[in-house]
Amino acid sequence: MSLLIVENLRIAFGGLVAVDGVSFAVQRGEIFALIGPNGAGKTTLFNIISGIYAPQGGRIVLDGEDVSGLPPYQLARRGLSRTFQNLQIFFRMSTVENVMVGRHLHEKRNVLAHLFALPSVKAQNRATRACAEKLLALVGLSAVADTPAGGLPYGALKRLEIARALATEPKILLLDEPAAGCNPTETEEVDAVIKKIAAQGIAVVLVEHDMRMVMNISSRIHVLDRARTLAEGTAEAVRANPAVMAAYLGGHGKREVHRAHA
Amino acid sequence: MRNVLKNPYAMVIGVALVVVVLYPLLPSSYYVRVAALAFINALAVLGLNVLMGFAGQVSLGHAGFFGIGAYAVAVGPAHLGTPSWAALPAGVVSAALIAFFVGRPILKLKGYYLAVATMGMGILFAMVVSNEANLTGGPNGMRVSRLILFGWSASGPPTWYWISGITLVIGAWIAVNLIESPTGRAFRAIHDSETAAHVLGVDAARYKLLAFVLSAVYASIAGSYFALFDGFVTPETTSFLRSIEFVVMAVLGGLGSILGSIVGATILVVLPQALTVFHDYEHIVLGALIIVFLIFLPAGIVPALRSLLQTRAS
Repeated sequence: MSLLIVENLRIAFGGLVAVDGVSFAVQRGEIFALIGPNGAGKTTLFNIISGIYAPQGGRIVLDGEDVSGLPPYQLARRGLSRTFQNLQIFFRMSTVENVMVGRHLHEKRNVLAHLFALPSVKAQNRATRACAEKLLALVGLSAVADTPAGGLPYGALKRLEIARALATEPKILLLDEPAAGCNPTETEEVDAVIKKIAAQGIAVVLVEHDMRMVMNISSRIHVLDRARTLAEGTAEAVRANPAVMAAYLGGHGKREVHRAHA
Repeated sequence: MRNVLKNPYAMVIGVALVVVVLYPLLPSSYYVRVAALAFINALAVLGLNVLMGFAGQVSLGHAGFFGIGAYAVAVGPAHLGTPSWAALPAGVVSAALIAFFVGRPILKLKGYYLAVATMGMGILFAMVVSNEANLTGGPNGMRVSRLILFGWSASGPPTWYWISGITLVIGAWIAVNLIESPTGRAFRAIHDSETAAHVLGVDAARYKLLAFVLSAVYASIAGSYFALFDGFVTPETTSFLRSIEFVVMAVLGGLGSILGSIVGATILVVLPQALTVFHDYEHIVLGALIIVFLIFLPAGIVPALRSLLQTRAS
């Protein structure tokens, strides 16, 4: 059975329909890409799936359970985590502390023990930190573990968000433009990290504008245009789809492409 | 030096040393009294800093919780026959319960709206103690009977110097423990990005409420000490102006700095005493000094000094 099933999702802001009847299913361990021109509704769709917006129509089924409209912290408990296009970093905390927050659900949360710093709390802090350091190593940020996260460069913050989301031990990870603002070398590093994540059996849903990256790593691609589904399929199928080409390049571009092929 | 600056427990030991070493240096009972008042205010500000500096939620009504503590030790023994030692924890429980039930709805508000709501809560409490004259003596205030522990009566500046000083050290130790725990990390995460904290599984509403209740407990204990030390309470104890004073102390010392709360409270207790030489112009000088501090040290005194020392060291 599919890990995530999205059925007929719909949301409108005032008169603007931002997501209109979108459906898809994502399997365990697959890399599933959402692409589409600016304003197609990709980030809005992410915000609905991760519980930041409640859908006005349709439903979301996560691992066999209907989770439509659940708040984000409830979804995190059920194994869904995400990163943000416009970074949401805890900028006053150190890099490693950012990832440690991601361990929240796996820590004992007995406030009285915390107030008196019982030995169990100190041991747990060490275990949490060790786990966070492992994840920082995975994304190549070990060197800056103890520096304030607010001072890191953009590309590093993107990878920090991935490490932080992984700390929750998700079954499914939503990545909103993980390679945006990264140079080609950093993009390749992010590529490698995403492949490693999927290899562990975690489903990765990704919104990305870097087409080379999308075509390279995705097992399937879902194309949105003006709030609706335009196409879905493998990289080759989507690349060859004339409707997708028209959406990206406009009608004129489509003719140009035909001429080039002729 | 750098490691000492970074280790929060070194700071707690430092505060404990200052409390011990300072006492014999104080020339008269008047100075001991001022120091005890500084410790009591610092305790309330410490709690407010957990709420404002760490969890990032403002409160302009903390004098309300301070007042609950103060009136608990006044009204309990006078009208309900509760001994003082039991009235103090009863005040703490009342403050925590009120914070819990008031906090649940109002902590959904953010920023200015939360400030106005907490302000309303504080003012409401001041109005209740002013109007319930039968119980509280109204605007004239009421006497507070002395704290008696195992037949020993706690009174006078030296006794309260030690009680409040030791409580302050314990309070600072607990605050440090909290900040370095999963709960403290959840508070700081909510402060920086509530959305991201949520997505990582942090139930933000629950943690904001927890910070609010904890800060009310600190304020209530400080209020009880204040009333027991003074031997008298008036509605001024719980006034809006005192809420503002607490916030100014926290901001002046440095939001998010535990040592900052203690320094901020000490400055705002000691400075008005020192400025009496200016007679009629005392308040103008005090206001001007606060403005100068905030212009040149906008992050607060302790964080500014710390970053200065760190740049020197490296």
